[in-house]
Amino acid sequence: MNMKKTFVVVSLLLGMAALAAAQGGQVLLNAAGATFPYPIYSKWFDVYHTAHPNVQINYQSIGSGGGIRQLQAGTVDFGASDGPMSDEQLTASKFKILHFPTVLGADVPSYNISGVSGELNFTEKALAGIFLGTITKWNDPEITKANPGVNLPSADIVVIHRSDGSGTTYIWTDFLSKASDDWKNKVGKGTSVNWPVGLGGKGNEGVSGLVKQTPNSIGYIELVYAAQNGIAFGKVQNAAGKFIKADLASVTAAAAGAAKDMPADFRVSITNAPGAAAYPVSSFTWLLIPARIQDPAKRDAIKDFLKWMLTEGQKYNEGLTYAQLPKPVIEKELKAIALIQ
Amino acid sequence: MTREVPPKSGLRAFVDKLKGGDEIAHLITLTAAAGIILITSLLVLELWRTSQLSRAKFGWMFFWTKVWDANFDNFGAAPFIYGTLVTSAVALAIAVPLGLASAIFLSELAPRRLSDIVSFLIDLLAAVPSVIYGLLGIFIVVPLMRTTLGPALKKVLGFTPLFAGPNYGVGFLTAGIVLAIMVVPFIISVSREVLLSVPREQREAALAMGATRWEATWQVVVPWARTGIMGSVFLALARALGETMAVTMVIGNNPQISASLFAPGYTIASVIANEFTEATGDLYLSALIELGLVLFLMTFILNGLARILIVATERGGGRPA
Repeated sequence: MNMKKTFVVVSLLLGMAALAAAQGGQVLLNAAGATFPYPIYSKWFDVYHTAHPNVQINYQSIGSGGGIRQLQAGTVDFGASDGPMSDEQLTASKFKILHFPTVLGADVPSYNISGVSGELNFTEKALAGIFLGTITKWNDPEITKANPGVNLPSADIVVIHRSDGSGTTYIWTDFLSKASDDWKNKVGKGTSVNWPVGLGGKGNEGVSGLVKQTPNSIGYIELVYAAQNGIAFGKVQNAAGKFIKADLASVTAAAAGAAKDMPADFRVSITNAPGAAAYPVSSFTWLLIPARIQDPAKRDAIKDFLKWMLTEGQKYNEGLTYAQLPKPVIEKELKAIALIQ
Repeated sequence: MTREVPPKSGLRAFVDKLKGGDEIAHLITLTAAAGIILITSLLVLELWRTSQLSRAKFGWMFFWTKVWDANFDNFGAAPFIYGTLVTSAVALAIAVPLGLASAIFLSELAPRRLSDIVSFLIDLLAAVPSVIYGLLGIFIVVPLMRTTLGPALKKVLGFTPLFAGPNYGVGFLTAGIVLAIMVVPFIISVSREVLLSVPREQREAALAMGATRWEATWQVVVPWARTGIMGSVFLALARALGETMAVTMVIGNNPQISASLFAPGYTIASVIANEFTEATGDLYLSALIELGLVLFLMTFILNGLARILIVATERGGGRPA
């Protein structure tokens, strides 16, 4: 092909692209926030873009805190967070912000005890005691009574937690706050807390690496990370008294158990949710959408994406080991989309 | 050349000056230098401005408070300042003798070819990203510390508070060792260049006076190069103070002040990197930024001390400045 022809073809293509853009009204949405759901979000935004070429969503996984700040500063069109915004944050905000749960996540206890290879059971009291530093030996009665037949050593427990601020920590400390009043009053819940004991590892890989290397240690990691890396983990006792192993079904069950009492704004903690099959250390992760969007093209694009995410999009969850939202929650959310004006 | 020109109008004079070329070079370099000052002052100003909330709430107590609790909005820098100073001190204690010895060997004793090859490799080491050193720390230094080095140190020096308490493999000592590995190339590389630049006559004169080779090196060449060597040490210190990734991977990330080098700790740079992205509260964010200001202040003070030290040693001998 000679130069002239190339030039003609290129300018034709450019012309067509410009025409398409003018016709379809190219919409570019900027979003920022949580890192935990980033793999599924980028998959969604990619698939959605293929189906709707005129809508492009650019998501930066800078962390929940950053997502909330950028949304409030107006530098992004919507945000994403692993923990719901607090009442103070919402009242401090200049505009109304809606929460939309997207997928579910869960934390699992991973441990490394000399001479113990089986799956351990943990009561909520045991986990709270271990992370508070009041239970210091592996053969503490609170641990042994849930694990008959397992020969636990009298070794000191080494606690490992996340050092970076993280939604994973938010879920874990939210669960511990419900499990123990001591924890609630002394430590509380948050993306990073003042840990009474233990070593900090950076990221899921940092925590699981330290657990693997340190004898008689225990840490918490994201279920997705544990599943993808084949890391063994223990069962946790739920509100119904059953020891449940975390998997996609038991995490969805936790959300279904909480769906009945779902508040209208979806800001709900589902740790320790009711239901015999519910895994207790589970949580939603949310998209944060402004209730009023000035630009009609952006508003329609966001509303359409939310609808797609809640129906079509949920099919992609399990391939990436994210638990699906339960039906009642999806129906509620589909109704809530109308609140975006 | 003197410039005896009749007075002209301001603009004409300026244009005439520019024609010389020298003036243009002067202007460009002046702008560049002014840019550095501008950037530094803007940095301090911005840190000062955005840490306002935290400074107003905690005041000077920020330096002494040992708690770092985002849930109860109580923040103090003490454990982080301590961790930063201890890890950097451990790093220098290991890296300075090691680096200086290598530099002396490479400049004074090794054949020039070998010296050039080795120093090329050392320059490569200085360019390795810090996360690689962090991985090296996690997979090699940490297990080594837990199983071999730690127990051995405990056996010999366990009676001192420095090596008491449980040894998890991560902690001040491990962080210091990894930092030492990271900064030693800076010390070797710069010190070698400085030692090589010592005039030949200095060595020859010492040898002619009947000094042995070692005496000539240690008593004449090294003192001559003292300023430059110290410069390399402070370059290393600056790197150690500000190192983030590698340290956070091996220090245990627990904000506590403990005399034991085996204990886990935390540094300023690490906590900022770890918590900044998820810091939601305004005061929390402001406290993290104030930590940045504290680190800046520490670097400033240490650099100032370095200058004073260099001036003081120059007075006591060594190469005239």
